[in-house]
Amino acid sequence: MKQKSHITFTLNGEQTEVAFAPHKTLLEVLREDLNLTGTKHGCELGECGTCAVLVNGKSILSCLMLGLEAEGHEIKTIEGMAVGAELHPLQQTFADTGAAQCGYCSPGFLLVAEELLTKNPKPTRPEIQEALSGNLCRCTGYIKIYEAVELAAAQMRGEEYELPRESVYGLE
Amino acid sequence: MSKNLNVVGKPFRKVDARAKCVGQTRFADDIVLPRMLFCKILRSHLPHAIIKNIDASKALALPGVFAVVTGKDMPISYGILPVSQDEHALCIDKVRFIGDPVAAVAAIDEDVAFDAMNLIEVEYEPLNTISSIEEAVLIEEPRIHEYGDVGNVHKKVSLEFGDVEEGFAEADLVREDTFFYEGNTHLPMEQHAAVAHFDSDKKITLWSSTQTPHYVHRALAKVLEMRASHIRVIATPNGGGFGGKSDPFNHEVIVCKLAMITGRPVKVTLTREEVFYCHRGRHPVLMKLKTGVTKDGAVTGMHLQTFLDGGAYGSYGVASTFYTGALQTVTYNVPRYKFQGLRAFTNKPPCGPKRGHGTPQPRFGLEVQLDKIAEQLKIDPVDIRRNHLVPPNTVTANYLRIGSMGLGACIDKVVKGSDWKNKFSGWDSTNRKQPFGKGIGIACSSYLCGAGLPIYWNNMPQSGVQLRLDRQGGVCVMCGSTDIGQGSDSILAYIVAEILGIDPFDIRVVTADTDLTPVDLGSVTLMTGNAAIQAAERAREFLVMAVAEKLGVPIENLSLAERRVFDVENPEVGVSFAEAVVLAESKFGTIGTVGSYSPPASPGKFKGSGVGPSPAYSYSASVVEVDVDPDTGIVVVDRVWIAHDIGKSINPMLVMGQVEGSVYMGLGEALMEEMTYRANRNVVHKFPSLLEYKSPTTMEMCDIKTYLIEDPDPNGPYGAKEVGQGPLLPIMPAIANAVYDAVGVRIDEVPITPEKVLKALREKSRGRDGRFGPGDVPKPDWPEPLRVMTPAEGGDGREMPRVAVHS
Repeated sequence: MKQKSHITFTLNGEQTEVAFAPHKTLLEVLREDLNLTGTKHGCELGECGTCAVLVNGKSILSCLMLGLEAEGHEIKTIEGMAVGAELHPLQQTFADTGAAQCGYCSPGFLLVAEELLTKNPKPTRPEIQEALSGNLCRCTGYIKIYEAVELAAAQMRGEEYELPRESVYGLE
Repeated sequence: MSKNLNVVGKPFRKVDARAKCVGQTRFADDIVLPRMLFCKILRSHLPHAIIKNIDASKALALPGVFAVVTGKDMPISYGILPVSQDEHALCIDKVRFIGDPVAAVAAIDEDVAFDAMNLIEVEYEPLNTISSIEEAVLIEEPRIHEYGDVGNVHKKVSLEFGDVEEGFAEADLVREDTFFYEGNTHLPMEQHAAVAHFDSDKKITLWSSTQTPHYVHRALAKVLEMRASHIRVIATPNGGGFGGKSDPFNHEVIVCKLAMITGRPVKVTLTREEVFYCHRGRHPVLMKLKTGVTKDGAVTGMHLQTFLDGGAYGSYGVASTFYTGALQTVTYNVPRYKFQGLRAFTNKPPCGPKRGHGTPQPRFGLEVQLDKIAEQLKIDPVDIRRNHLVPPNTVTANYLRIGSMGLGACIDKVVKGSDWKNKFSGWDSTNRKQPFGKGIGIACSSYLCGAGLPIYWNNMPQSGVQLRLDRQGGVCVMCGSTDIGQGSDSILAYIVAEILGIDPFDIRVVTADTDLTPVDLGSVTLMTGNAAIQAAERAREFLVMAVAEKLGVPIENLSLAERRVFDVENPEVGVSFAEAVVLAESKFGTIGTVGSYSPPASPGKFKGSGVGPSPAYSYSASVVEVDVDPDTGIVVVDRVWIAHDIGKSINPMLVMGQVEGSVYMGLGEALMEEMTYRANRNVVHKFPSLLEYKSPTTMEMCDIKTYLIEDPDPNGPYGAKEVGQGPLLPIMPAIANAVYDAVGVRIDEVPITPEKVLKALREKSRGRDGRFGPGDVPKPDWPEPLRVMTPAEGGDGREMPRVAVHS
């Protein structure tokens, strides 16, 4: 039937070869040809940020990038965020603070947040809002996501930091 | 339950949280089976038409196509409510909205399926369309459905509790207002997906992103004409639900049928555009509210009329209609109450339940009208609410039994926290405390903790839990509830862990699988939580009996904590949890217990009393601060103070998340979200995409100050009430009231868009009424109301006999 194209790239730190129909998006290649279903789709039109992955450390929408364009690049998906069995601090804090409710948008948010913290280890709340403004979440109202990013950022800087009591129990 | 709690009330992470953060959670579209085919569904591009002919020959001839099905392959109708079995998996003779499914293809991959879908030729004969409530009331032909009350009116309801005219006669002020609440949609980030597998024993397994596996199970058995015991429905974790995955859907039936025909697994994943057409979201509601009050703002009588634009099918619509009238009485005392509701069929995507099901629309009307009344009476909007609260442990005029009632405490928190006294204008525009453009508003609300009655009449429990303890110390909890992100799986683990003295992460949670889990229809925290308590208490009984015998300690001395069963007087005397299970299994045999929950009987016995009763009601109060730009009409919500009467938090962190998520969704409904259609009888959705259907991003989200009020309800597990839906309700009216405080115009309609604010400001500057909102409502022939004497009048909850006045 269709002629398949063949590319080689670095996926979550591993040299990877894959063959697929050339019109496929990176999102489709990841999910359908590499079985990395952690990357989600919300619109496949570049509107929601759900399918974000890191390409050479920079977040891109995998639904708007052809798989062919990945040739020779370094791609990181949610499956590559943890180091061995150790979760990335962001994954830990997203889980611990309730930043992942339904969890469908979480992979996209996590990768974009990782990019932010790599560039800016101590982001302010407005800087976090700005960085995450391309990702939609319908469950959390974003508040717990900001808190998870702030908590992870502090941990990654090696600082003692706890969420304010009111974030967990409400105001007195 | 006075003992110290080790798990309940603590901010544990959710049991499924880490899997969701590493990409391991398998949503429906993540499931891949060997030899799986892909399905695409051809949908109508016409809003209303007769299907003359369908020719699938070209599609079938395409290499890689395995089957095409049309309506005649699945002729049996279905629907979520027994009274509205009006849907077909694929339309048979007629299409009723743009997006109605007509034919479906199973092919080797999605691309081939798509190409084949486009080769199916359908010949239509267009019909005139019904595109609005007004048209549906006026135009009887063509009828969208051959059932319903009359013409294109699906349902009319008329109820009167006490003599409402008597109430208006007693009033010092009677106000009539009309409001319009535009429809909006759930917009879950996950598009609906389903995978069907037909096995060699001719049994079907369906994995689907559904909130209601039990109802899908029932619909599949009916339409596929199969034994229900040969069908297994597994609800995968839902990537957001909000009510949008609560109907049995045509795509779920279709993939099962295609799997049966082809003998291969079949998957369907809806596109984002299809999700918009699936809809079942918030009904657009036109309302007229007439309220009589005394000088101090006490309500003497209330008459509410609601007109719901139902779209093309019944869905939950009859229940939604009743819901628009049900909860007006549970916050402020309403001694006499009349409700008339009408649901219209129109040629648009069907509406159904969205977070708060049918109640945010009339709540918007009530709370904005109260604000107007307060201004006329020169009463502070806080006081008009705070001074007339429904007392706890009472029965309302429409026979809803109120248990705990924490609204007063909620109001006090948000009023103090927001510094209301120093910000509110005091109805004096010449002596404002804040600059023009800055405003503050308040609104309150209440919601059910689970519906008191199931969708189809039965005497079985609403919630069910099974528990299995194994000799290795493992505990498995099984329940039919569906986790849509709210944390229902975790609630099961927390409650069982609390009672058995183990760690919630020791527990295996198996949910939402019709083969493995008992049916659960309930509200998750209250009903399922109570069922879990019962199952766990029964398991605890087995353990303590066996351990007491072994240790020679009285049963009442035994405590379960820290994975041990021990004597509270000599804590070192005890056994490990796993040893306790071995002792119990040795004594009693395999340890498995069940728990179930049925809500208490409702005091209302009249026809229509099934919608509204609940074991408990949650309460919320909110103050909102806005910044309105009079030049652009843009409303920015700076901050929301919200207090929610949760009864008791099973997990405060998850409660906070639900409150914040509700405020977020309310903000979207108040300011930007709308399902709107092009006019000219075309009724195509204006913007079925995530880009153009505006929802709040991080840049629009406001600061939230949350207070949790813990006033345990005797019917709740550990006193807990609901939180997933209620806190959304006060946001929209509080914003509308704040806009009035800011710039002096009334926007009696949501969403409150800049255009509407500007229009009202322009009207005001011309010396006219600074209001944007609907004019009068239609005047259909209402049926004679069903009359019920109120509890205060000595009523017994039954309708009064209808008497012919002039015989």
